[in-house]
Amino acid sequence: MSLVAMEQRNKIHPHKFTLWVGIGSILMMFAGLTSAYIVKRSQVGWESFNLPVVFWYSTGVILLSSLSIWMAQKAFKARLMLRYRTLMAVTFFLGVLFIVLQVIGFVQMFDLGHSLKSNVSYSFLWIIVGLHAAHVLGGIIVLLVMMLKAFGNKVRNYSIVPVELTSTYWHFVDALWIYLFLFLLMIK
Amino acid sequence: MSTAITLQESQAHAGAHAAHAHHHEPFITKYIFSQDHKMISKQFVITGIIWAIIGGFFSVVFRLQLGFPESTFPWLEDIFGHWAAGGKLHPEFYYALVTMHGTVLVFFVLTAGLSGTFANFLIPLQIGARDMASPMLNMLSYWFFFLASVIMLSSLFVQTGPASGGWTVYPPLSALGEASEGSKTGMDLWLISMATFIISSLLGGLNYITTILNMRTKGMSMTRMPLTIWGLFFTAVLGVLAFPVLFSGVILLIFDRNLGTSFFLSDIVVAGKILPNEGGSAILFQHLFWFLGHPEVYIILLPAMGIASEIISVNSRKPIFGYMAMVGSLFAICILAFLVWAHHMFVTGMNPFAGAVFVLLTLLIAVPSSIKVFNWLTTLWRGNIRFTPAMLFAIGFVSLFISGGLTGIYLGNSSLDIHLHDTYFNIAHFHLVMGVASFFGMFAGLYHWFPKMFGRYMNNTLAYVHFWITLVGAYLIFWPMHYEGLAGMPRRYYDFANWESFKMFGGLNEFISVVAIIVFITQLLFVVNFFYSMFKGRKVTSTNPWGATTLEWTTPINPGHGNWEGEIPEVHRWPYDYSKDGRDYIPQTEAVGENESVH
Repeated sequence: MSLVAMEQRNKIHPHKFTLWVGIGSILMMFAGLTSAYIVKRSQVGWESFNLPVVFWYSTGVILLSSLSIWMAQKAFKARLMLRYRTLMAVTFFLGVLFIVLQVIGFVQMFDLGHSLKSNVSYSFLWIIVGLHAAHVLGGIIVLLVMMLKAFGNKVRNYSIVPVELTSTYWHFVDALWIYLFLFLLMIK
Repeated sequence: MSTAITLQESQAHAGAHAAHAHHHEPFITKYIFSQDHKMISKQFVITGIIWAIIGGFFSVVFRLQLGFPESTFPWLEDIFGHWAAGGKLHPEFYYALVTMHGTVLVFFVLTAGLSGTFANFLIPLQIGARDMASPMLNMLSYWFFFLASVIMLSSLFVQTGPASGGWTVYPPLSALGEASEGSKTGMDLWLISMATFIISSLLGGLNYITTILNMRTKGMSMTRMPLTIWGLFFTAVLGVLAFPVLFSGVILLIFDRNLGTSFFLSDIVVAGKILPNEGGSAILFQHLFWFLGHPEVYIILLPAMGIASEIISVNSRKPIFGYMAMVGSLFAICILAFLVWAHHMFVTGMNPFAGAVFVLLTLLIAVPSSIKVFNWLTTLWRGNIRFTPAMLFAIGFVSLFISGGLTGIYLGNSSLDIHLHDTYFNIAHFHLVMGVASFFGMFAGLYHWFPKMFGRYMNNTLAYVHFWITLVGAYLIFWPMHYEGLAGMPRRYYDFANWESFKMFGGLNEFISVVAIIVFITQLLFVVNFFYSMFKGRKVTSTNPWGATTLEWTTPINPGHGNWEGEIPEVHRWPYDYSKDGRDYIPQTEAVGENESVH
């Protein structure tokens, strides 16, 4: 892969570009789901719902994690490696916390009788929020790998690209959640 | 990283590569888990050929039923067991065969087999890159396709048979296990296989787009790219934007099948039993499906268009007519592809106003399509034509595209479509315009680039026989279907013998079936030619056997991983300088002369 990067002349790194196209593709999947949601909402049998309060907290948490990964990236650029790895760890734990809060939200909904099967509106809610969580989990795995690398002593590779890729993806799942959260709040 | 260092490193690397080529590479990394785009392309084409034989064979089997509904074929029982007890195809299995034929040909052959082969092979070679942006993702793309293939293949062997609800897998048939035999395990495997296939396609598409936009060699501006690359580029864009929407539909369907949700189900009674599902809409699935489904048509067609453009220009020894118009029309088709999906759904009871909008948008596609056709014809006009097998198939592509495209104007009109919907008219239309036409594009590409792929030529005599029987056969099979369709003969029916109105087509159906069998056997001729020539074909002795201008012909006859032994050549001109200033052709790598006019 290094052979590929070397042929570059002042262009965006191909892996970053690939990530952006991939993000476009993931967005299309959620666009498909939210469009289906809108179509379905105007038909009979739709039940409107209230989002669990805990989703507000998870929104705060994921916003904070975006801030911490941004600071981590700045620290990496300044070669403050100790600070970088602490901030990566913070981001990782905030990510895990986000997932935990989402799960709590689901448990609360389930306890109120709003299961996956109870109504099409809840089915959509479960699947949209669940699929987003799956994408966050993917990010958490990447964060874990990056964090282990940062804590490992052997690695002497100071390429910024993996850090930027991770951080771009993480900001994306954050922004995606904000979009979905606002969407579900306003159109229910 | 400064440019100077970059270049230095790249040269050092290229040198290392050339030296590396002589080293013995382990079998497993060279042929199996290869990251070389050329090897991955060969993996795609061989898997595609295997699938084409399977999918084609299925069509022969169900054509036997349609052509000879009264006869029995004991050998069918030897192959399909209880599904063809007594040599007579079981109706359930007939539907499974139709479904598998569609699925396999549309997705595994004409999407993965076509794009996978030519995007992988041509993109790096024609834009001047050593490999794809991410060779690793590229390798994964093939292996996800392989996994999808294995899952789909295994569905043929389950007790209840493969999916049988049609390649469009509309619910409720696809969403309820109790609906039919094929709605059981076979359908689950279909959905899992398709989800895996979509991942493969996305990984491939991401790579193709990034490679084309980021990895072009010096001087290779976008407007100097061969039209093959433009075709593959728009194909990848369509795939990356449309497949995720089908993915969301597939996920919702999996939930409906296995976890009791009701996205697509409502008020259903199966065998006297009322199902609890409420509030779903089966039409919603059709929207999600066709939002991919229509772009999918162009995912299949655009690579063939690009290949035909390139081959027609090379073998007419003339520049392609209207290069920018060709690119512009590809772009227009790409945009319109996303705005016409509901023309597959005119009979779902949609608002007539929405129908009218979709009619208008659909008919607009005729404009870029015609531009392309006229440009191909004007490129051929007064050209110094070499009728190589590749050229014949490229011209055949244009012919089929015109014949099949014209009936698109009928079907695009909702008023006519309501009569023709789901009849043999529709079957004839899409088989000609995208099925057989894209196959012709694929054959053209394989005959043309075979020398680059394997360093050997394919046998011409076999190729000419292959071409003529296939071309004439395609018309003989699908032309009569237009008449059957106009008379209202519906698709997907097992037996027409009980309908007074369709009895008159018995002889015609028999004729179509006989031709289909002949054409299928002719395709085996191609397969034999392909594999025989791979090992025993006449060896290629010059690097540029067709006298083409593009970069792939500047590599060694059998290029190693990294493609060029020295530096990647620089590009100075567009790829269609044929018969210019008294010269037969001028390679893209040649600097523009002082008094030369630039395109």
